[in-house]
Amino acid sequence: MDADQIARACARMAHQILEANRGASGLMLLGIPTRGVPLAHRLAAAIAAVEQVEIPTGSLDITMYRDDLRSQPTRAVGPTHLPSSVDDAVVVLVDDVLYSGRTVRAALDALGDIGRPRAVRLAVLVDRGHRQLPIRADHVGKNLPTAASERVGVKLTEIDGVTEVTISRPAGTTTDPLGPARGESDPVEEA
Amino acid sequence: MSGMGEAPNAGLLIVGADLVGAGQGDLLMRDGVFVDPSEAGADVERIDADGLVALPGLVDLHTHLREPGREDAETIATGTLAAARGGYTAVLAMANTDPVTDTAEAAEHIWALGRRDGAAEVVPVGAVSKGLQGSELAELGLMARSAATVRVFSDDGVCVTDARLMRRALEYVRAFDGVIAQHAQDPRLAGADACCHEGELSGRLGLPGWPPAAESTIVARDAELAALTGSRTHVCHVSTADTVDVLRWAHRRGIAITAEVTPHHLMLTTSELTGYDPIYKVNPPLRPDEHVAALREALADGTIAAVGTDHAPHARHDKQHAFIDAAPGMIGLETALAVLIETMVKPGRLDWAGVAERMSYEPARIARLPHQGRPLTIGEPANVVLVDPQARATVDAATSASLARNNPWHSRELPDPVAATIWRGRISYRRGGS
Amino acid sequence: MRHLLSAGDLSADEITGILDLAEEMSAVQDRPVKKLPALRGRTVVNLFFEDSTRTRSSFEIAGKWLSADVINISAKGSAVSKGESLRDTVMTVGAMGVDAMVIRHMASGAPWQVTGWVDASILNAGDGTHEHPTQALLDAFTLRRHFRRLDGGDLTGRTVAIVGDVTHSRVARSNVLLLRTLGAKVVLVAPPTLMPAGIETWPVAVSHDLDAVLPAVDAVMMLRVQRERMSGGYFPTPREYTISYGLTRPRLESLRPDTPICHPGPMNRGLEISAEAADAASSLVLDQVAAGVSVRMAVLYELLGGAEEMPVTRAHEVLA
Repeated sequence: MDADQIARACARMAHQILEANRGASGLMLLGIPTRGVPLAHRLAAAIAAVEQVEIPTGSLDITMYRDDLRSQPTRAVGPTHLPSSVDDAVVVLVDDVLYSGRTVRAALDALGDIGRPRAVRLAVLVDRGHRQLPIRADHVGKNLPTAASERVGVKLTEIDGVTEVTISRPAGTTTDPLGPARGESDPVEEA
Repeated sequence: MSGMGEAPNAGLLIVGADLVGAGQGDLLMRDGVFVDPSEAGADVERIDADGLVALPGLVDLHTHLREPGREDAETIATGTLAAARGGYTAVLAMANTDPVTDTAEAAEHIWALGRRDGAAEVVPVGAVSKGLQGSELAELGLMARSAATVRVFSDDGVCVTDARLMRRALEYVRAFDGVIAQHAQDPRLAGADACCHEGELSGRLGLPGWPPAAESTIVARDAELAALTGSRTHVCHVSTADTVDVLRWAHRRGIAITAEVTPHHLMLTTSELTGYDPIYKVNPPLRPDEHVAALREALADGTIAAVGTDHAPHARHDKQHAFIDAAPGMIGLETALAVLIETMVKPGRLDWAGVAERMSYEPARIARLPHQGRPLTIGEPANVVLVDPQARATVDAATSASLARNNPWHSRELPDPVAATIWRGRISYRRGGS
Repeated sequence: MRHLLSAGDLSADEITGILDLAEEMSAVQDRPVKKLPALRGRTVVNLFFEDSTRTRSSFEIAGKWLSADVINISAKGSAVSKGESLRDTVMTVGAMGVDAMVIRHMASGAPWQVTGWVDASILNAGDGTHEHPTQALLDAFTLRRHFRRLDGGDLTGRTVAIVGDVTHSRVARSNVLLLRTLGAKVVLVAPPTLMPAGIETWPVAVSHDLDAVLPAVDAVMMLRVQRERMSGGYFPTPREYTISYGLTRPRLESLRPDTPICHPGPMNRGLEISAEAADAASSLVLDQVAAGVSVRMAVLYELLGGAEEMPVTRAHEVLA
């Protein structure tokens, strides 16, 4: 996907979010660091372009809720910024890639410790399949069937200086579809 | 002596040793004394000493044997075996045992144990004060008159701080040519918790400081008291350049003050303390380089006339506390000559005659030992250490003859000089067994 | 990070990382569920050979808010006299399979010795008169917050006065190391009797004149005067100490406005710090206490949040 396609996907998702919520009332966008955060702000901007409202937008770090903390060196913790109380809000979690579902599981746990939203929805730019948990996205920018051995690389101008989604297949690799996924996204991004 | 080599009546012949660095010669021993080597018979036991240096058996002015009281840390048997391995034929056993050696009976007990179990001559040191309490004189005269013929008195471990008590002790021992060996540590300047040379490192490590002045001021006072009383005093384990200066001043005035330095103060420095390993906790503490250099110089020029090991064995658990709480001291009988060769002989500060002087002749003179520290000549007691000047080895604490393992030299590569030790004409230690 | 023993072991980046993480942790205090699951299944032992209710409580809360199992063991009283060695005590606790030991000991260096005896991560919660790294971290956290609010800056280039018994203060030693790493200037103010040996080799300025120092500093850190020092001959009388080195009301007024006042506590009001100074709007004493929990959460996470060892890289991790 190039920058235009990504922008169109965001606009489409913005519409879907408003439609599913029957308007902007009570919405809150929480991006999951790292690339979920600029995506959440892009969605907020896209919604603002449609509805002329400022949707409260923030970030929700899930590092401490991961189920693989002990399998690698201590991970850096990202920022959690809540624009207001999540109680009774309709929280839309925003992430770049949906893969095993483990990040979303962690995000739901984190959200539960912070407050009690009226509803929680999930918006992702790319759904690449290979779910390991019973989780699905409400709003998807693009479904991208992949092999588990492939890498999905999401780059956003705010962080990477360029906006694009690429699929690459590292040479000489084997497939391990049920291996403990290291999170939803490309490991390069998490380094 | 269990396990010791028995010399046949025909005697023991050492062939071709360099005699105290003065040239090759043979030594024949029979009945505990040197006899004319030309009288050696065909059935004599021979030791080929080509390439080895023969020195008079070493004399340690400062050994803690821990028996009686702490036989879990060291015994007279194990401590003297360590001494023999280190080339020693006599050790002065410090008085801070349990009970304290402050009576004739206590001194004779140690003396008798030494005769029974010792791999070297055990000479008890008597306490200066009853129970090392620093308030009343111990029975100095009775210890002197006992079978142990005590001549060296010391409260080592604690300082005789009371100037009047020190003065009386000095005066009193003049009657039998005794000497007061002082553990110089002003307890008001360096208290019981002082465990690190006071300086940059003590400040950084947060360890209670032990300032050099706590030693040198006591030594200066004792020198004045020795002058006042016309008596002899000896300074245990000199650790600072400041004390060396005081000793030079006292010697210029003709005061009868002698001093010893430990092998560890000649080589190890304060910087060992950075890891808080209690192995390096010792009293007085290790000092910085400039003090070590001053001590080497003072030992070379005779300002410090003797080496004393301050061999201080401790049970393992007594060293497994926090640094401040751990027992101070390190063992050193087996490695003393190695350290002297490394720090004094190899750099040319002492020759073999100098080593004999500092580690045998002078300690025996200070302690007034008639049968130790004698030249290797016919008619003299047959106490010899055969020194291999080239051999080196990595010290392994586990192989020590001492019961204790508080060995700061562990895993260091040092000279491994002692090829054999002969005490009263008998082999008390020989490398590789036998 | 395997252990936290000395503030001097931390690089500027590591310190900043811990302080940033502590900022994230501090938000937990405002949540309905004050708990993060990061250290679930981990066991932290607070092994205190010396009483310190506030430090122990702070570590206990920090561990619990990270979902660790926290156990307090008071090993007070001289183990030497009881015949048990430090090694025995520590190895006994270590044999219970703990992941981290938070150690407070009255002897300098004890935590260093302990690292040689057990596998657990060792966190120095104050060793004798040596170091107290988490105190320095929480002080830096508190001051950084203050300066960020004040002018958006951090600690770089600030001048911090540390006043009082430097010789016996682990807080001072750790703060000197940490503040220097962060690029702050440190002025130590004390009578010569309370300056450590070798102070001239420390990367600090030294003064015996508090009045001359105060107008030029960006922050003041007062040290507690221990009761036993008063009879130790380090200074003639408490009165003289207060007049010479206390943060009295007139001295409070000589400070530039907004100059923050820190004290590691517990305070001797009327001795090293006046009630006016302790309760001044610019006093950060309570902020320091609150920061203690956040900073200790951050440190515990850094020590225990990841794998115990660097993992062997497996094929699926390469692919992910």
